[in-house]
Amino acid sequence: MEVCNCIEPQWPADELLMKYQYISDFFIAVAYFSIPLELIYFVKKSAVFPYRWVLVQFGAFIVLCGATHLINLWTFTTHSRTVALVMTTAKVLTAVVSCATALMLVHIIPDLLSVKTREMFLKNKAAELDREMGLIRTQEETGRHVRMLTHEIRSTLDRHTILKTTLVELGRTLALEECALWMPTRTGLELQLSYTLRHQHPVEYTVPIQLPVINQVFGTSRAVKISPNSPVARLRPVSGKYMLGEVVAVRVPLLHLSNFQINDWPELTTKRYALMVLMLPSDSARQWHVHELELVEVVADQVAVALSHAAILEESMRARDLLMEQNVALDLARREAETAIRARNDFLAVMNHEMRTPMHAIIALSSLLQETELTPEQRLMVETILKSSNLLATLMNDVLDLSRLEDGSLQLELGTFNLHTLFREVLNLIKPIAVVKKLPITLNLAPDLPEFVVGDEKRLTQIILNIVGNAVKFSKQGSIYVTALVTKSGTRAPDFFVVPTGSHFYLRVKVKDSGAGINPQDIPKLFTKFAQTQSLATRSSGGSGLGLAISKRFVNLMEGNIWIESDGLGKGCMAIFDVKLGISEQSNESKQSGIPKVPANPQHANFTGLKVLVMDENGVSRMVTKGLLVHLGCEVTTVSSSEECLQVVSHEHKVVFMDICLPGVENYQISLRIHEKFTKQRHQRPLLVALTGNTDKSTKDKCMSFGLDGVLLKPVSLDNMRDVLSDLLEHRVLYEAM
Amino acid sequence: MNAGIAQLQMQFRDYTISLYQQGFLDDQFTELKKLQDDGSPDFVAEVLLLFFEDCVKLIGNMARALDKSTGTVDFSQVGASVHQLKGSSSSVGAKRVKGLCVTFKEYCEAQNYEGCVRCLQQVDIEYKTLKTKLQDMFNLEKQIVQAGGVVPQVDID
Repeated sequence: MEVCNCIEPQWPADELLMKYQYISDFFIAVAYFSIPLELIYFVKKSAVFPYRWVLVQFGAFIVLCGATHLINLWTFTTHSRTVALVMTTAKVLTAVVSCATALMLVHIIPDLLSVKTREMFLKNKAAELDREMGLIRTQEETGRHVRMLTHEIRSTLDRHTILKTTLVELGRTLALEECALWMPTRTGLELQLSYTLRHQHPVEYTVPIQLPVINQVFGTSRAVKISPNSPVARLRPVSGKYMLGEVVAVRVPLLHLSNFQINDWPELTTKRYALMVLMLPSDSARQWHVHELELVEVVADQVAVALSHAAILEESMRARDLLMEQNVALDLARREAETAIRARNDFLAVMNHEMRTPMHAIIALSSLLQETELTPEQRLMVETILKSSNLLATLMNDVLDLSRLEDGSLQLELGTFNLHTLFREVLNLIKPIAVVKKLPITLNLAPDLPEFVVGDEKRLTQIILNIVGNAVKFSKQGSIYVTALVTKSGTRAPDFFVVPTGSHFYLRVKVKDSGAGINPQDIPKLFTKFAQTQSLATRSSGGSGLGLAISKRFVNLMEGNIWIESDGLGKGCMAIFDVKLGISEQSNESKQSGIPKVPANPQHANFTGLKVLVMDENGVSRMVTKGLLVHLGCEVTTVSSSEECLQVVSHEHKVVFMDICLPGVENYQISLRIHEKFTKQRHQRPLLVALTGNTDKSTKDKCMSFGLDGVLLKPVSLDNMRDVLSDLLEHRVLYEAM
Repeated sequence: MNAGIAQLQMQFRDYTISLYQQGFLDDQFTELKKLQDDGSPDFVAEVLLLFFEDCVKLIGNMARALDKSTGTVDFSQVGASVHQLKGSSSSVGAKRVKGLCVTFKEYCEAQNYEGCVRCLQQVDIEYKTLKTKLQDMFNLEKQIVQAGGVVPQVDID
């Protein structure tokens, strides 16, 4: 027997069984080879797989298993030792690798498991974040709604609109079934249903304010869930079917204007609240969410602010209306006052006239009576009557003047007058009394005192008369000095500076007397009306005490100042006043009417607007004369007959030129008749000038005898006429143009 | 055409001077001219127009008054008209006419019929002549103005 190295199976192989084994091994090998291939393929595909090393190991393990099984194929039949060797190697390797893999897996599998747990954890986290995200979104929605609501509420300042809008917007935002607002009544003891969302005209429905549920709501600034069955929430007809939705109530502070002090924050102690009740739709599964409650609270606050603004506005509108009313009332009062003043002035004027007339009658007749034969007693009586009535007349004048002065209706009557003459006349008036009292009066006029000035002559006279009269009245002995000068420097009163302007100057008059003097403390009282220093000396003298007050007013009207200086009782006093006067253009020119002035005829004498009348029967010469006068600027009216002349002539015509051509006296008649027409207003009679062709003396004499103011020889040249007109208007007479 | 204007102006001057020299116009006419200004630009023309109308009227009156066929001659009436005419003519500076009126008046006062009639005829001729002459002068003025020139002031010494 041969010894062969081949290994023989222990038993003779069954053919079928061997075949099956053969095939299975084959397929196993294939699978074992393909699995790693797949693994490699898919791992390559996916980038992320942390355990490549494990895969490699696995792959090796599987490949080797496969190899083993593959090699097994050859061991079914007789096989050589090589095959057995290979088989053994393969098996050994496989064993090594699989053990290694097994060992490796012990480390790896926990890791793999932990990866799984982490994945789980992350998934949970993601879900949570999603939930939170949803929540934030909801909150942001809410915030938006609140902003929108606030904007709506704050966009109006009308209280009712605010409240209505609140309810509407809240209802919309939160999809409420019903909103209601309960306002406290005037008494503060009840809450009245003021506004609802759905029901347009709520029935007058009140609830006492002291309910526990209401107290609960008012006690906190948060929105409070209340029971749907509480009185404030029972607004709809309750029908049993419905499951009432949840109700929330919140307080709305009503700030009153008095809560706002200037430097104070509103006090929170005495507060009034309104109640806002919000109901979710019934039969819905909705619940009040936290964010919804927060929204309600925020809105309630906003409403409070908006309401307070509205209240402030109302207040200011009311104040403005009040002011306007007061304005109207004031205006009315002012107008009434003005009417009253006017009425008083009218009354005064009328009464003044009415009073003066009998007064004058009394004075006049008393004076006349004085002239007649009277017994001494009668004379005394008449003198007393005269004195009293004079006094009364002065008093009336003073009162009228003062009242006119007071309300500023008095105006100065300006005119040109001779200042020097004025002083002399005043002194002449005073002199008789002064002589009787043996008080010499000295007048001292400054050399630079203008002679012709512009001012109110009458009132200036009154002032000087008053001052000098006072000096005389209150002096028992001594003398009186009256000084008048032009002043430039500042006066005693520091706030009154004298500035002589171009055509104005300030006249200062000083009246010094050596009489009783005045206590310096009494000086301010002097100028107040009706006040008199109550010394015995002055009590006896008459006067109403108005004199100085009136003088002061006149002086003030003349933009001047008046004051009195005295060194004390018994030392006399000096009255000084300044007044503003205008300087007349003709000042310092002697303008006596007796001296014939040399006619300085300016080359272009201005006769513009001078109204003249031309009477001429001859049309042509009439036209020529008219042309002449028109050329000189006159306004010419022409007539062609004496009758027409008489009809037309008026005081407006300054000159009448009449053509006397026919001999005889008829033409001259017109002159006489014109004279007749103007007998009453002699100064308004126009000048009459005859135009004649005759140059002889008889014509001239005739003209003069018939009252003509001048004769002109025809035809008159332009220069001649100009000279003639100038002369005529200067002298009102012309007999030299022959 | 400045040369044309100058020539016209020269013509006007000469003509005006000649009128004065021949005794048709006197100083009164110069005075009349002085009265013409912007306010009354046609003053002289208007006055002269009135004068000539007056002439026509008065001469007519005189003619009727001196008409023997109606009866006796009323010299006072004639005298009145002559007086009027004298006044008018002296107003406008119609020297010759005025002179004739003076003579005419004397005849009236003397009740000299022939003298009056003769004077009347002379007056008629005289005023018509004056009218023509003045017309020419005005035409010259117009020509000067139309040519764009200014009517010269004529000083009569």
